[in-house]
Amino acid sequence: MHMADALLSPAVGATMWAGSVAAIGYSSKKLKENIDNKTIPLMGVMGAFIFAAQMINFTIPGTGSSGHIGGGMILAVILGPYAAFLAMASILTVQALFFADGGLLALGCNIWNLGIYPCFLVYPLIYKPIAGDGKSTRRISAAAMISVIIALQLGAFSVVMETLLSGKSELPFNTFVLLMQPIHLAIGLVEGIVTAGMINYVRKAQPEILEANSFSRPLDAGISIKNILIAFVILAVVTGGALSWFASTHPDGLEWSIEKVTGKGELKEATQGIAPFLKGIQEKTAFLPDYNFKPADKEEPKGNETPAWPGIETGTSFAGILGGSIVLMFILLIGFGIRFFKKR
Amino acid sequence: MTFDEKYYNIGFLDQLSYKNTIVHRLDPRAKVIITLLFLFTVISFPKYEIVALLPFFLYPVLLMTLGEIPFMFIFKKVVFVSPFAVFIGIFNPLLDSGQVSIFHGFMISAGWFSFFSILIKFTLTVSTALLLIATTSFPNVCHALRQLGLPSLFVSQLLFLYRYIFVLMEETMRIVRARNMRSYEKRGHGIRVFVRIIGILFLRTVERAERIYFAMLSRGFQGDMPTLKRFHFSRGDLGFAVFFIVFLFIFRFYPATEILGRFVQGVFS
Repeated sequence: MHMADALLSPAVGATMWAGSVAAIGYSSKKLKENIDNKTIPLMGVMGAFIFAAQMINFTIPGTGSSGHIGGGMILAVILGPYAAFLAMASILTVQALFFADGGLLALGCNIWNLGIYPCFLVYPLIYKPIAGDGKSTRRISAAAMISVIIALQLGAFSVVMETLLSGKSELPFNTFVLLMQPIHLAIGLVEGIVTAGMINYVRKAQPEILEANSFSRPLDAGISIKNILIAFVILAVVTGGALSWFASTHPDGLEWSIEKVTGKGELKEATQGIAPFLKGIQEKTAFLPDYNFKPADKEEPKGNETPAWPGIETGTSFAGILGGSIVLMFILLIGFGIRFFKKR
Repeated sequence: MTFDEKYYNIGFLDQLSYKNTIVHRLDPRAKVIITLLFLFTVISFPKYEIVALLPFFLYPVLLMTLGEIPFMFIFKKVVFVSPFAVFIGIFNPLLDSGQVSIFHGFMISAGWFSFFSILIKFTLTVSTALLLIATTSFPNVCHALRQLGLPSLFVSQLLFLYRYIFVLMEETMRIVRARNMRSYEKRGHGIRVFVRIIGILFLRTVERAERIYFAMLSRGFQGDMPTLKRFHFSRGDLGFAVFFIVFLFIFRFYPATEILGRFVQGVFS
């Protein structure tokens, strides 16, 4: 599921953007080093392929509902991780711009959730070992099933974390996880079947396409352990940083996140180490330093004696409503005025 | 949305972006930067804020009216993608039950404020992103991104993707039509047929990629997609950028709406 702008806080949005842009830069660099130009059109057309394939609906057996594919794993298997990641990122960009799936700020989150996990974590760590040399249909099917499900679970869990850290939604962690994970398990099952089926179909019809990818091209020979470590470090920094932002405003907020995430308070030292560092970066890079970067104003509003609450006291609020309607009227007037004068 | 609708939707958005109005003529870089700043500003408001968000409707309204973009088109798209935000946000009034009074003695659950705040932010961000494309065209946004420093490989990827979406959609539409004509009721709509369909689609795609590659080679492709169009940052672009930066700044840091409200209230009482 796509993350939406309105549920994001700037801190989380910017962090995820930074992570995703770094990954795009890294993948581009890696690809540039050892790409044959033939891959460039293939990547583009493959992106369009996933797009088109997403628009074909099919009936999910047992239920009456219809589903469509997500495609991250298919791309990873066919193009290799770096090219697949760029293709996925471009698909999500087009979706954000044309279908408003997610949004521009949430794009960083979406690229992370739907691109990084399948391409850089699941593909090298799970798909490759299980699929082996790609000769056995059964192993490929199992690999595709398992990796699609895991990738989707990771993605769904990230949506939960990003929403919670942003603090715009009141959903408690447990409920949210219980809503998201099972839905995505079901989606993952269906998508796994489709992915497995398609890879095997292609393997039967034109095996050279897959072989060319997994063997002859150096960049697909596998991602080194070093890169995976880098990915994990980025992940750790991102979650740590986000958690520490959260923690700096609400000590109890950190407690529950850490408890829920790790089961114990161990991470605390780590986040405290990262927090000042990230804060420093943030202070240096924030072009509008006064921005409210705190993920949430969690102060519980208790009637009208809470001054921390901007503009919702009696009296103030009336002025707010009045001012708001005037502003809206004014903007509408501008809009209609322009329309009117243009028509003449 | 059915397949055809989705297809024509993206096609229509593309058509809109080739109009020639004041907004369309602005430098794509200016529009991209201001739009990102705008989104960032809107999102940065605390979660109970409603009133201070309202002035920000000016930006999408200006883009829409000056750019001659039909309101209903944007509106429908915004409504169509709203379920996720609504679904997550609707829990706020239930879970955040602190009572707040707005008028004298009229109480309301605090969660409604954050819910409406989410809805307003959602409308603002989604419509602005759509309007950016509708007034700039996707290829221009891509070139702007490249000039702003995104890797050229990624930008060519975006351009390729965009170019071939239309071609592949035609192809897919033919396949889907063929499936629908041969299937009665639900037969033939299952997973097995679907897998074969996308298998075929994939093979055709790869063949197409090969043809494209040869065609590009014969036209001198060397791994980059240059553009003939040269953008230059004119005085108008600068004016547009400065105006909206000041606008965003003022309405982010000063409760202008509320001050206006108090003023009017004072006049009439």
